[in-house]
Amino acid sequence: MSRVRTPVVTRWFDGEEEDFRLLGTRCARCAAVFFPREDAFCRNPGCSGGELVEVALSRRGRVWSYTDGRYRPPAPYLSDPELPWEPYTLIAAELAAERMVVLGQAVPGVTVADLKVGMEVEVVPGVLGADPENPSTTWTTWNWRPVGVPA
Amino acid sequence: MTGDVAVLGVGMHPWGKWGRGFVEYGTVAARAALADAGVDWRDVTSVVGADTVRGGYPGYVAGATFAKALGWQGARVASVYAACASGAQAIGTARAQLLAGLADVVLVVGADAAPKGFFRPAGGDRPDDPDWLRFRVLGATNPAYFALYARRRMAVHGETLEDFAQVKVKNAALGALNPHARYRTAVTPEEVAGSAVVADPLRLLDICATSDGAAALVLSTLEYARRHSTAAPVRIRAVSTVTPTYPNTVLDLPDIATDSAVAARPAERAFRASVAHAAYEEAGIGPDDLSLAEVYDLSTALELQWYEDLGLCGEGEGAKLLRDGATTLGGRIPVNTSGGLASFGEAVPAQAIAQVCELTWQLRGAAGARQVEGARAGITANQGLFGHGSSVVAVR
Ligand SMILES: [Zn+2]
Repeated sequence: MSRVRTPVVTRWFDGEEEDFRLLGTRCARCAAVFFPREDAFCRNPGCSGGELVEVALSRRGRVWSYTDGRYRPPAPYLSDPELPWEPYTLIAAELAAERMVVLGQAVPGVTVADLKVGMEVEVVPGVLGADPENPSTTWTTWNWRPVGVPA
Repeated sequence: MTGDVAVLGVGMHPWGKWGRGFVEYGTVAARAALADAGVDWRDVTSVVGADTVRGGYPGYVAGATFAKALGWQGARVASVYAACASGAQAIGTARAQLLAGLADVVLVVGADAAPKGFFRPAGGDRPDDPDWLRFRVLGATNPAYFALYARRRMAVHGETLEDFAQVKVKNAALGALNPHARYRTAVTPEEVAGSAVVADPLRLLDICATSDGAAALVLSTLEYARRHSTAAPVRIRAVSTVTPTYPNTVLDLPDIATDSAVAARPAERAFRASVAHAAYEEAGIGPDDLSLAEVYDLSTALELQWYEDLGLCGEGEGAKLLRDGATTLGGRIPVNTSGGLASFGEAVPAQAIAQVCELTWQLRGAAGARQVEGARAGITANQGLFGHGSSVVAVR
C-alpha cells in the first residue's frame, strides 16, 4: 500500500530539503508579516489594508524557549493510543527578520537536554505520523533542528 | 467614587471533583451569596452567568440556566464567555448595568464541572480555530505553554526549579487554611521535586489541576447598599477586560506564533501588564496601595511573572520578592491568600469570581486564619484565552 504524504495543514509550508520553508503572508501596504498565514485581512490596526502576498519565512532562528510533552496530548492530536507514548520536544524559535516567535516540534531524537535558549535552529521537513484511522496517510509538518546537530 | 459598585454577598461551592453538574454547583454558590447579602432572590433585578462551554446548551446560556434553577422571577439576564476571563466579564457586565441604572442588584454566577486531564478544544474538524490547530499540529497542551514561559524565565532571570517549588509550598500552606479549597494539605519542596515531569521543567505539582467548583457574587449600586443598611460594603472600583495591542509579542495560549513586530512598534507594556495597568488607572491606585493580590497561578512560574506584571516588583525580580517572604501571609504584599489555583484547581467560569470572593472576605476582615491584617485594597489578575484581560480592584 503506497502512503500518501499530506501536509497537516495546507499552504503553511512547502519545498524539499534545503528549499523547505514555512509560508506566511505579508501585507503589501504596511509590510506586516503573518504566520500562520492571514489571507483575508491585514491585522495591523494602523493599516487600512493591503494585498496579502505569500512570503517564505526565514529558515533560521534562535531558540526563545523549549519544553517537551511527557504525556499524550488529547485529540485532535493524531496519535495511536495502542502505541506507547513517545515524548517529543517543542521549540519556540525567534526569527530575527520577521521579529516573531514560531512554535514547532523539534526533529525526532532532540531532547531538552540538547537545547539552550539562544541556540540557532533551522526549519526542516518533518513527519507527524500516520493517521491512526487512515494508515495510508502520513501527515507531514515542519520541525526545528539545532544547527550543527545531525538529522 | 462614581464608578463604584457594592459587593453585598459572596458565595462558593467547595472545589473538588464531585461528579455532579455545574448547575448544582452554581446554584449552591448563588444561594450562599444571596444569603450572605441578605437579599431575596426575587429582589434581584439582573442575573449574569459566566458560560460553561463543556456543559452544552445549558452551559452556553448560563445566566438563564441559573435563573431557572433558582426559580424564574423575570430578572434581566446575560451570559458571557471569555475563557478564563469569563468571570471578570460577568462582573464587568453586572457593573455596567448597575452604573447605567439598568439594574440595582445583580447576581453573578460562574460554575464548572471540569473533565479529567488536559483541557482540549471542542470536537469536530475546525482548522480555522487556533485552539484546535495547536493541538492538531503541535500537540501543544496548556502545560506546554506554561513550561515554555518557565524555561524562558530560567534562561533570562536565572530562576530555578526550587524557586518555582517555593510558590507551590506557599500557596499550599495558604490553601490549607481555606475551607473552600480542594487541596488542604501542606506541600514540601521535596514533594514538588519528586512529582512527575509533565512538560520540562514543570512538574505535576507546579501545574494547577482541573476542578469542579462555583463562585457567586451579589453586586448592587451604592444607593441600594445604603437602603439595604449595609453601611460600609466592600466596593469594586475597577474591572479591566482589555484586549492586547498589536503586535502582541509574547507567545500567548493558544497561538502557534506571536505577531510580527516588523510593521508596528510593540506597546510599552506587554499584554498581562496592560491588563493590570488598566485596572490601576480606572481605580486611581497603584501597586503600593495594595494590601493583597489574587493572581492566576496556572503554574508556579507564572505566579512570579504576575508579580512583575502587577508592578509588585521590577522585571526579573519575581523570585527575589518570593524569597524575601513579601508575598506570603505577613509579608509586604501577600499573593494568593486563598491558596490560588494551586489549591483550588481550574473551574474556568468560576475562578475570576472566586478571586473576588477572596478579596471580599479579606477586605471585610472575615478571612479567618488567612486574614491579611488591616486589608484595605486588593487586586485580582488573570487572562483569558484568545486575548481577554481580567483584573478587578476592590477596596474597603
Ligand atoms: Zn497592512
